Amino acid sequence: MQSSVISMVFTSQNLMRLMGGLLVTARIAFISIAIGSIAGIGFGLLMTSKSKWIKGICRLYLEIFRIIPILVWLYIVYFGITSALNIHLEGELVAMIVFSLWGTAEMGDIVRGALESLPRHQIESGRALGLGFWKLYRYVLIPQAVRRMLPGAINLATRMVKTTSLVVLIGVVEVVKVGQQIIEVSRFQVQTASLWIYGLLFILYFIICYPLSVLSKRLEAKWSN
Amino acid sequence: MSSEEKQPLLEIKDLYKEYDKKMVLNDIQLQINKGEVIVVLGPSGCGKSTLLRCLNGLEPIQGGEIKLRGKSLSGKDVDWQKIRQHIGMVFQNYDLFPNMTVIENILLGPIKVQKRDKNQVLMQAKELLDRVGLLDRIDAYPRQLSGGQKQRIAIVRALCMNPEIMLFDEVTASLDPEMVREVLEVILGLAKQGMTMIIVTHEMAFAQAVADRIVFLDAGNICEIAEPQEFFTDPKTERAKQFLNIFQY
Amino acid sequence: MSINWDFIINSIPLYEKAAWLTLKLAFWGILISLVIGLICSVIQYFKIRILRSIVGAYIELSRNTPLLIQLYFLYFGLTKLGLTLSENTCAIIGLSFLGGSYMSEAFRGGIEAVSKSQIESGLSLGLSKIQLARYVILPQAFSFSISSIGANCIFLLKETSIVGAIAILDLMNVTKDLIGMYYQTFESLLMLVIAYLIILLPMSFLLTWLERKVRYAEFGN
Ligand SMILES: Nc1ncnc2c1ncn2[C@@H]1O[C@H](COP(=O)(O)OP(=O)(O)O)[C@@H](O)[C@H]1O
Ligand SMILES: [Mg+2]
Repeated sequence: MQSSVISMVFTSQNLMRLMGGLLVTARIAFISIAIGSIAGIGFGLLMTSKSKWIKGICRLYLEIFRIIPILVWLYIVYFGITSALNIHLEGELVAMIVFSLWGTAEMGDIVRGALESLPRHQIESGRALGLGFWKLYRYVLIPQAVRRMLPGAINLATRMVKTTSLVVLIGVVEVVKVGQQIIEVSRFQVQTASLWIYGLLFILYFIICYPLSVLSKRLEAKWSN
Repeated sequence: MSSEEKQPLLEIKDLYKEYDKKMVLNDIQLQINKGEVIVVLGPSGCGKSTLLRCLNGLEPIQGGEIKLRGKSLSGKDVDWQKIRQHIGMVFQNYDLFPNMTVIENILLGPIKVQKRDKNQVLMQAKELLDRVGLLDRIDAYPRQLSGGQKQRIAIVRALCMNPEIMLFDEVTASLDPEMVREVLEVILGLAKQGMTMIIVTHEMAFAQAVADRIVFLDAGNICEIAEPQEFFTDPKTERAKQFLNIFQY
Repeated sequence: MSINWDFIINSIPLYEKAAWLTLKLAFWGILISLVIGLICSVIQYFKIRILRSIVGAYIELSRNTPLLIQLYFLYFGLTKLGLTLSENTCAIIGLSFLGGSYMSEAFRGGIEAVSKSQIESGLSLGLSKIQLARYVILPQAFSFSISSIGANCIFLLKETSIVGAIAILDLMNVTKDLIGMYYQTFESLLMLVIAYLIILLPMSFLLTWLERKVRYAEFGN
């Protein structure tokens, strides 16, 4: 009986639809992580600037994203910006905007931490070799900084993947929404449909996030000295 | 009565110790009588700390036997918790508990482990603190003390357990030179009172003054056991001569 | 753009009520998280067989799945098995399930930061393993982990924004309702942000202060 229940919920058609939803989720996560990482490197360099003003503004940007929950940010952009500018933005685009901005802030802080932990004398000896600003960064600082920031960056990616689940709350049709639709349709025949579907979603997210967090921990242990 | 007097307090027989298949102590034979002060000398990495740690059960041994008052300390059913109450140990890095005041540090063992009467222990603690000149720091936290003060407190903490033997592992090695003396004087005082001690140190003058016997350890083996006078003026082994030469300068 | 002050003033009681609810849920969530975290880290510290692997699995499951899915599973899924839980109870369980693993990791980090020589020093006084944990390791571990614990509290407070997804009239849902009913989008969102800032900013300052106060190096000040 149990197995028949499962087969009624997880028909091949439903599974295909879930995969389609997962693709939307993956697209949002991937694009946001990509933009966040690249912009975050620039932002991190900016954060190590000598100017107090630039530093202060960067810090403010970071703290604003840290203190206000991401779901609130999604609301602000989804409801607020669209009504203020009188334009319509798709939930998916809103999600990518918010996650990219957030990712930039957090990634920037990781990059800043990595750069600041580099020993000063490295910079000086680089200068002494006559390396220019860009060359100094490219050949001396960045390769070392990458080791120090990769574990944190992967960790951030895991957090961003988990956070993509929130976009269902601003009307994006992704894996969670598709799951809810399947539950709607099948709940009369299968009372426990929500148990199976949410159970599957739980496992799906775990399958994606767990390897990432293991990787992050491994790298951290490997490079910690 | 006389039979107990002849029996050594601590007896080490054929002690063998390794870390990951690497020999660290080999064929150690040593007997320590009640009231005797042994100073262990030897180059860095020769196994001095490991020897003390084995005596205290902090490291398992792979061969041989350690006996306290004739009772073996090897084997699975040894209650180290009980034995450690009879063996006080002070480490190189002042390891007072930073979350407790001086007196809390001192009372922890006697009250929680030995379940002794608080007033009685408090009296003993105050007397010992007074003797090391730190009675006025009784309510201080470790971070408010100098390194030398911390080590004197650590000694008092160990003494308050009424141990039969004290182990000192380079207790002055992390101290600023001006504080070394105040700690060594405390240990000299203990020697005068007849405390049985095993001391690892690099202070040669102190070693000569305090020791009844010097044990010279090299690469995990005992090379030489001698009276201090003899060891410092006329060492028998080449290794000991080389070792002492380094300290001439 | 002009701000509708009347609307803002009228909405204050709604937001106030929702904010208290958010705080209440967060309070219980954090408290239970601390208890779960402590239990888990003690089990891991004493390496208790079987329980230890259960704790390990729980930590990974909880840390590597989103709170939203945990809540949906609990509220819509498990209730189908005949378990009836109120929305608030679900929210607290969800927050605790998530927070417990984070707190446990914070404690574990603290325990690992206690130096080996402190432990040996305790052992050489004849302390038992339990006494060692009680008097030496846990007090020090706690002060080492206070900053991660603080960060986790802020994290959990922020995560409460998600409990609206299971039909709790929290700050998020109040805002959404007001936007839907009155189209006062800017005002509603402004109130939402202010409400969260009122909750989170003092908390964040308080924790920074506490962290300074309790830090290991500052015992006795
Ligand atoms: N925990 C350990 N694991 C592996 N090797 C160790 C450990 N502790 C000490 N050793 C090795 O054992 C030898 C003796 O160390 P130790 O007793 O500390 O020397 P000493 O105190 O005389 O300087 C050294 O070669 C050291 O590298
Ligand atoms: Mg040593």
